[in-house]
Amino acid sequence: MQAVGLAGQSATQFDRVFGALADATRRDIVRRAISGAEGVVELAAHYSMSFAAVQKHVAVLERAGLVEKHRVGRRKVVQTHLEGLRIAQRLLDRYEEIWRERIDLMSTILEENKES
Amino acid sequence: MPVTTVTKDPVALTMTVTTELSAPPERVWQLWADPRQLERWWGPPTYPATFVELDLAPGGRAIYYMTGPDGQKTPYSSWNIVATDPPKSIVLRDQFADETGTPDADFPIIGMRVSIEDIGGGKSRMSIYNEFPSAEALDKMLAMGMEEGMTQAVGQIDAILAEAVPA
Repeated sequence: MQAVGLAGQSATQFDRVFGALADATRRDIVRRAISGAEGVVELAAHYSMSFAAVQKHVAVLERAGLVEKHRVGRRKVVQTHLEGLRIAQRLLDRYEEIWRERIDLMSTILEENKES
Repeated sequence: MPVTTVTKDPVALTMTVTTELSAPPERVWQLWADPRQLERWWGPPTYPATFVELDLAPGGRAIYYMTGPDGQKTPYSSWNIVATDPPKSIVLRDQFADETGTPDADFPIIGMRVSIEDIGGGKSRMSIYNEFPSAEALDKMLAMGMEEGMTQAVGQIDAILAEAVPA
């Protein structure tokens, strides 16, 4: 089946984005980098793993387009690129609508049962 | 209409829906365990689901498809029941499948955990935790023609409610 609603993005890019998000540490980095205040060194201080390991995670996220590095004065900070996250959010919004409708139908069935 | 809260995490790709229903857990359980009742709410009114098999016992499974307004059947899907504790909980995996229920390996699995709790006064709190392996999985599921049905579904519920009012 042809998937629709991918906002013009290719499935490959999606694989990259959500493969990158499949790891708990990388998801945590994405959350922390929303403020764009920390560089790789500061980010690495939050985790018990090596600096090199954190640097590697950041590189995976960068390739997936989920974070970008940019210069603030003399420092380089890591910042979350929000568009990738917005796509996921929109999909979840649509799924939420489905469940709200299901629950309304469930409660309609339960009401009928009481009347009879 | 029931009060429903939804929490979504776009990073982890999870969603939890919690609602209160005005029936005890044993009655709510029937909405899941009785195929004729399940068919009335799993698919939107314009895409009703048909369950050709439904066994909520641990290791059991369900096989279903949906029918669109033009009479066209959607591909089959199946549930694999990971754990059940009637009338309190079900853990299942929802996936695309063939008509024998054999999962299609090319499509991802959506994890679902349902819990039904007695909150007294003949009411239950039901919560459904959904876990998606990727946004693509979520997108494929939504592409099953379900979205088209949503807006019309609202009108259909209103019609049912209007009928229920005693003359």
